[in-house]
Amino acid sequence: MSATPVEVVIGPLSLIPPGEGRNFDVAGERVAVFHTRAGRVFATQAACPHKDGPLADGLVGGNILICPLHGLKFDLSTGDPIMGSCKLKTYSICLNNEGQLVLTL
Amino acid sequence: MKKNLVVIGNGMAGARAVEEILARGGSDIFDITMFGDEPYGNYNRILLSNVLNGSQQEEEIFLNPIEWYRENRITLHVGVYAESILRKSRCVLGADGTIEPYDKLIIATGSRSHVPSIEGVTLPDGSDKPGMFVFRTLDDCREIAEYAKGSRGRAAIIGGGLLGLEAARGLQSYGVQVDVIHRAQHLMNQQLDPQAGAILKATMEQMNVGVLLGKNTTSIMGEDRVTGLRFADGSVLPCDMVVMAAGIKPNAEIGKRCGLQVQRAIMVDNQMRSVTDGDIYVVGECAQHRGHVYGLVAPLWEQAKVLADHITGRNPDAAYHGSRVATKLKVMGVEMAAMGIVEPVDDRDEIVQFTEPKKGTYKKLIIRDGRLVGGILLGDISKAAYLMQAFDRGTPLPEERLTLLFDIGAPSKKVTIEEMPASMQICNCNGVSKGALMALVKAGKRNPKAVMEASRAGMGCGSCKSLVNEIVEFACGGEIEEDPSVHYYVPGVPMTKPDLIQAIKANGLKSVSAVFAALGGGKEDAASKPGLASLLSTIWAAEYVKESDARFINERVHANIQKDGTFSVVPQMAGGVTSPSELRRIADVAEKYQVPMVKLTGGQRIDLLGVKKEDLPNIWRDLGIASGHAYGKTYRTCKSCVGTDFCRFGIGDSTTLAIKIEHKFKGIDTPHKVKMATAGCPRNCSEAMVKDIGAVAVEGGKWEIYIGGAAGAHVRKGDILCVVDSHEEVLRYSARFMQYYRENAKYLERTYGFVERVGIDTIRGIVVEDSQGIAERLDAAIQASTEAYRDPWKEAYAAERPAEFASLLAVIQ
Repeated sequence: MSATPVEVVIGPLSLIPPGEGRNFDVAGERVAVFHTRAGRVFATQAACPHKDGPLADGLVGGNILICPLHGLKFDLSTGDPIMGSCKLKTYSICLNNEGQLVLTL
Repeated sequence: MKKNLVVIGNGMAGARAVEEILARGGSDIFDITMFGDEPYGNYNRILLSNVLNGSQQEEEIFLNPIEWYRENRITLHVGVYAESILRKSRCVLGADGTIEPYDKLIIATGSRSHVPSIEGVTLPDGSDKPGMFVFRTLDDCREIAEYAKGSRGRAAIIGGGLLGLEAARGLQSYGVQVDVIHRAQHLMNQQLDPQAGAILKATMEQMNVGVLLGKNTTSIMGEDRVTGLRFADGSVLPCDMVVMAAGIKPNAEIGKRCGLQVQRAIMVDNQMRSVTDGDIYVVGECAQHRGHVYGLVAPLWEQAKVLADHITGRNPDAAYHGSRVATKLKVMGVEMAAMGIVEPVDDRDEIVQFTEPKKGTYKKLIIRDGRLVGGILLGDISKAAYLMQAFDRGTPLPEERLTLLFDIGAPSKKVTIEEMPASMQICNCNGVSKGALMALVKAGKRNPKAVMEASRAGMGCGSCKSLVNEIVEFACGGEIEEDPSVHYYVPGVPMTKPDLIQAIKANGLKSVSAVFAALGGGKEDAASKPGLASLLSTIWAAEYVKESDARFINERVHANIQKDGTFSVVPQMAGGVTSPSELRRIADVAEKYQVPMVKLTGGQRIDLLGVKKEDLPNIWRDLGIASGHAYGKTYRTCKSCVGTDFCRFGIGDSTTLAIKIEHKFKGIDTPHKVKMATAGCPRNCSEAMVKDIGAVAVEGGKWEIYIGGAAGAHVRKGDILCVVDSHEEVLRYSARFMQYYRENAKYLERTYGFVERVGIDTIRGIVVEDSQGIAERLDAAIQASTEAYRDPWKEAYAAERPAEFASLLAVIQ
């Protein structure tokens, strides 16, 4: 059973400084949203699948994210781990005409 | 046209066979498809017990990540169980409905834990009984850890073989009481004789692991979860969890179902082909060769090579003749080596034996016709390399049997690299021989890093790394071509530190993003960001353009992140001196914000642990104390003793000095953390001799300055930099050394490594004698950094950046 996708406007891009991430409560789901210095936006699950590290507090370089707790690396565009086994859940996210972040649940 | 090669099994055997095939140009002959039951790439199963006990992270044991399959154009059906082989239509059926046709097939299904038929293993409806585990896969490992964490109770391990003891070691780290239940009369009866088994038992008991021998488990007690074990003799052992480690069972069913000849495992010929079907190869623990089924990795490597030689046509005469099984291992911290037979077979067999039970040492060799046919070494395995080689090749042994067990008289003679035969296995985890390493060097890999990456030698447990280095050095004729990247300051900008500093200054680069744009080819590298931020702050002091995203989270929010995502707050307490009113304020804050733990740090301060990110600015404001910087790669703190004020031995005012040091160095970025201490007399109560920088008062009003000390994971007594006459001089030389360290150390290089690398004489020359004429510049540079200091806590009340301290943002709908 899959629900029909819901688009949620989560706020202006200016909430997230370039190169950083922030957590959002989107309809009860914790989602980490990242804004890279190249101007791209990505959204993933908030907790690292390894030991629940707060991914939004990680380091971002290009499309790569490093978890702050134990340094696991992930490709934000796909959720794939750079080494290791656990993959991140990713969400589709984009900017609308008003410069608002729109996440698809 | 290429042929289809299908491989069932993506464990150590399957993946290794494919690697050997690729190394023989296999990708030009075959389109390769693999089925892997587990939802991962391939990992080193031998290291699972390290993952269980937490000494290695899961990601460290992966051999081939998913990208490897992509790069080698291998189709991997990950998480798909191969259900059957249709030999007539020559295809494999996956449980998800996949059909893969094959021209050649490799079965590498390995084995699973053998679960003996004991009553109560499952619940009455056939589902798994909570608390019942096997220990075989990464998932098993996770489930065991999860359950053990919650229980804090008692765990029983059925099986006192290698796997059982490894599981015991792993489980102990979760604080559970562990008992090992073994059917035989002594532990590890496959590899050890009764005497060695008894010594091992005593060692285990000393480590608080219970050992029950000769116990036949008849049922697992508990209605809806494990509550205990019942044995054949009627006795009972209460426990909350059971791990089955009673041997392994080859996964041979798939062969049986398609009509291949199977006894204990799938029977193979000397080319590792099924004796029934020449297009089907079998490798690893699911293969039975001349009556033997091997459960160790070394034979598997040999089998994979023969298989690859044959299947690619590289050597049609390749043949496997069985392996002589010798293993070297470490069980519960006890080193042992075992080879061949355990007991003599007849009168011809000569036994040479030594035992010293108190020290846990036991050595026994079985010699037939002057050649080694069996051996056990426990506790002291210094002779293992030589004996294993003699066993493997069947070389005649020296007449003087004593020299087989001990190095007597002469200093111990190591086999030189040159004498070592090419076939000698160097890396036991990944099965790499000296010859293979030498060949890689010949092929142009002229430094240890490149050789290790290409061969994976040293990438398992890592214990052979230094030997690999020596062999590469030998093979290069002493002329190792250095891998330039080891000299880069950070991996993402290909420059050494001096070159980088020069380029940063020449181009006026003041922010991390500017450095990537100008010197990193416009490419941002996440791992390089904090190192660059630290360096820019060193170079530009007040002019440095801060970019929060370049900093590790600790330095963004000025607190130390904890395992649950909360933070710790350590207020400044210069020299470890506080006052009743300050303590009262800290206590009030701890109560107001319901801080879960208040603890004294090792640096003579007070730590408030478990603070929520959003509370940080308010806590700082309420405290009204400056940051103690207990979170960054910066100067951290300066411990001190009470010095001359109250101590009856004190000869120098260490407390005042420590307070001056705190005010000079607080918050200064350094390549790694810098911890300092001052001691009022040579009794050294504040441990100043093992700090990054320490000052110790000595008679005559003098101070000794020590640098490069360490007392963490690495312990080192600092070297004396110089002896001076006043507090001011201590500050001056400490500061000058610190600036030299800031400008010249690699990122994350502690002072103990830096001082050893550069040499104390060189450093003394520069810092004390000013041999390079840079003393004045160093002094001015660190002075600029001191002056640029702003208390980050005070600055942060304003929280000018968006939602800096919010841990969760609500969505306004």
